[in-house]
Amino acid sequence: MAVEPEQSFLGLETRGAHAWFSAHHALANVSLKFPERTVTGLIGPSGCGKSTFIRLLNRMHEFIPGAAMAGQVLLNGKDIYAPEEDPAMVRLKIGMVFQKPNPFPAMTIRENVLAGIKLAHLQRDDHDSIVESCLTRAGLWKEVKDRLDASGGSLSGGQQQRLCIARSLAVEPEVLLMDEPCSALDPASTLRIEETIKELARKITVIIVTHNMQQASRVSDYCAFFLTDGGPGYLVEADDTRKIFTNPKDPRTADYVQGKFG
Amino acid sequence: MRVSDVLMEVPEKREMHVTYSRADRIFRRIVTAGALTSLIILGLIALFLVLRSAEVFRTFGVTYITGTEWNNAAFDPTIPVEFSIGPMLVGTIVVSLIAMVVAVPLSIGGALFIEFYAPRSIYKTLVSLLDLAAAIPSLVFGLWGIQVFTNIGIRWSNFLNDWFGWIPIFSVEFENFGRSPFIAGIVLGSMVVPITTSVAREVYSRTPRDLIDTCYALGSSKWGAIRAVVLPFGKSGVIGGAMLGLGRALGETVAVFLVLNLSFRYTYRILDSEGGNVASIIASKFGEATDFEIQALIAAGLVLFVLTLMVNMAASAIVQRSAGKVNR
Repeated sequence: MAVEPEQSFLGLETRGAHAWFSAHHALANVSLKFPERTVTGLIGPSGCGKSTFIRLLNRMHEFIPGAAMAGQVLLNGKDIYAPEEDPAMVRLKIGMVFQKPNPFPAMTIRENVLAGIKLAHLQRDDHDSIVESCLTRAGLWKEVKDRLDASGGSLSGGQQQRLCIARSLAVEPEVLLMDEPCSALDPASTLRIEETIKELARKITVIIVTHNMQQASRVSDYCAFFLTDGGPGYLVEADDTRKIFTNPKDPRTADYVQGKFG
Repeated sequence: MRVSDVLMEVPEKREMHVTYSRADRIFRRIVTAGALTSLIILGLIALFLVLRSAEVFRTFGVTYITGTEWNNAAFDPTIPVEFSIGPMLVGTIVVSLIAMVVAVPLSIGGALFIEFYAPRSIYKTLVSLLDLAAAIPSLVFGLWGIQVFTNIGIRWSNFLNDWFGWIPIFSVEFENFGRSPFIAGIVLGSMVVPITTSVAREVYSRTPRDLIDTCYALGSSKWGAIRAVVLPFGKSGVIGGAMLGLGRALGETVAVFLVLNLSFRYTYRILDSEGGNVASIIASKFGEATDFEIQALIAAGLVLFVLTLMVNMAASAIVQRSAGKVNR
């Protein structure tokens, strides 16, 4: 009987990941694990490669002309950069929410939620229940259930961002990447999104880039601190969020989370 | 403190106005003068056209727009003098429509190719080639039309007539096929393609990158992203570009004059070698025109002027309406 040498890790994992923009080495040697159904905050000063890293995790990095990478990104033990992997399928499993709320402007709220199903040619016939469940999980259902045919642009900024989250959920991703999802929002909307994130983590893995230390401490189970010394960004340390904020191993992490630089 | 208490103490309102610096005032005058000058010139042209053509419209009335006769009685005084541009006006619209049917899909395709599919290494070259092509004089297109394209166009006409002759517009009276509205329309279309492509490409290039990225993040193909995001986003701009091209097509003189058989007869058969075009009739008759005939030609100019104005107004209405829907 063949015995697996090692129980394969469930969740997302990078091994020695590097990223380049043409000759510019943007990110060096990041090895990180994101266990399934957890929230990981990526923190660090601007330009330290957090966004590059997160775009590496669902193969969005390669859209930039001259982009290159090295190392491995594994989803449930399988390399998403393996030649036989279809990048569109990878992105279907690893969704992304962007900094600026960006519902599709020509579409209604309902069409926005279903956009991914159409774009990825998924066969689903229970559209109504998908719309309801995704909007509910994104914490938006009660506010919009009576105006699903209104334009997505008619919502407030915070609602738009929750609509974008609902849109990402509709294609049933295993991992959701969020690149500073609250930086364009007011504090009340930010809190709503944070509640949504915690709710999401019961089912999926969330990785969130944030510049807001309180946010990182509020929503994340784990934190990873990135830094650059002028060269490529690198990982300083990653640990339980509480440990990062109370008793980090590296003095630079302590300085950063206490707001001494950045 | 209640609201009523606060309101009790409303102080006297103070006058507020924006003050401009000296430099602002001077600059304001300069730009106002520029804007006014072009408006005045346009107004004077319109006035000139109306004044000089008034007698023609008094004499012939609506018949000038709908009639099919153009006789200056210079050679045969027994024929009554009559001027009317019906077939020319319809011909202008027909040829321009054919041009747009050819140009718009080509432009959208070309713009999408350059912006989303062309290798980055030739992107810049393509963009500047396109702008260069937009500057080719229409005479060159006309010459290409008679010397080169007519032969190809005749073959296409033959094909269309063989297979789709049962559709009235593709039927023919004489199997001549040359110098037809179809060929003139295609020549005009190819003349318009560079400018409409250039505008479409510019508009498509401004699609917010994160909207396209969002499509990809939802497992979309490039074509899916183009359909879901790029085309709706660029719609109003592309319509604007098409109208720019249509404006050029409506007023085009030389290229059409060279490749089209001008005929004062209404026809719906676009493959037959007869058609009309207001601008071309002005150019072809002006040299040997009698005094009254010149006024009739100026009246034709007025009709063209109004037609172009109407197209532009319709275009901006369409652009505004679709821009309102895409609220970004």
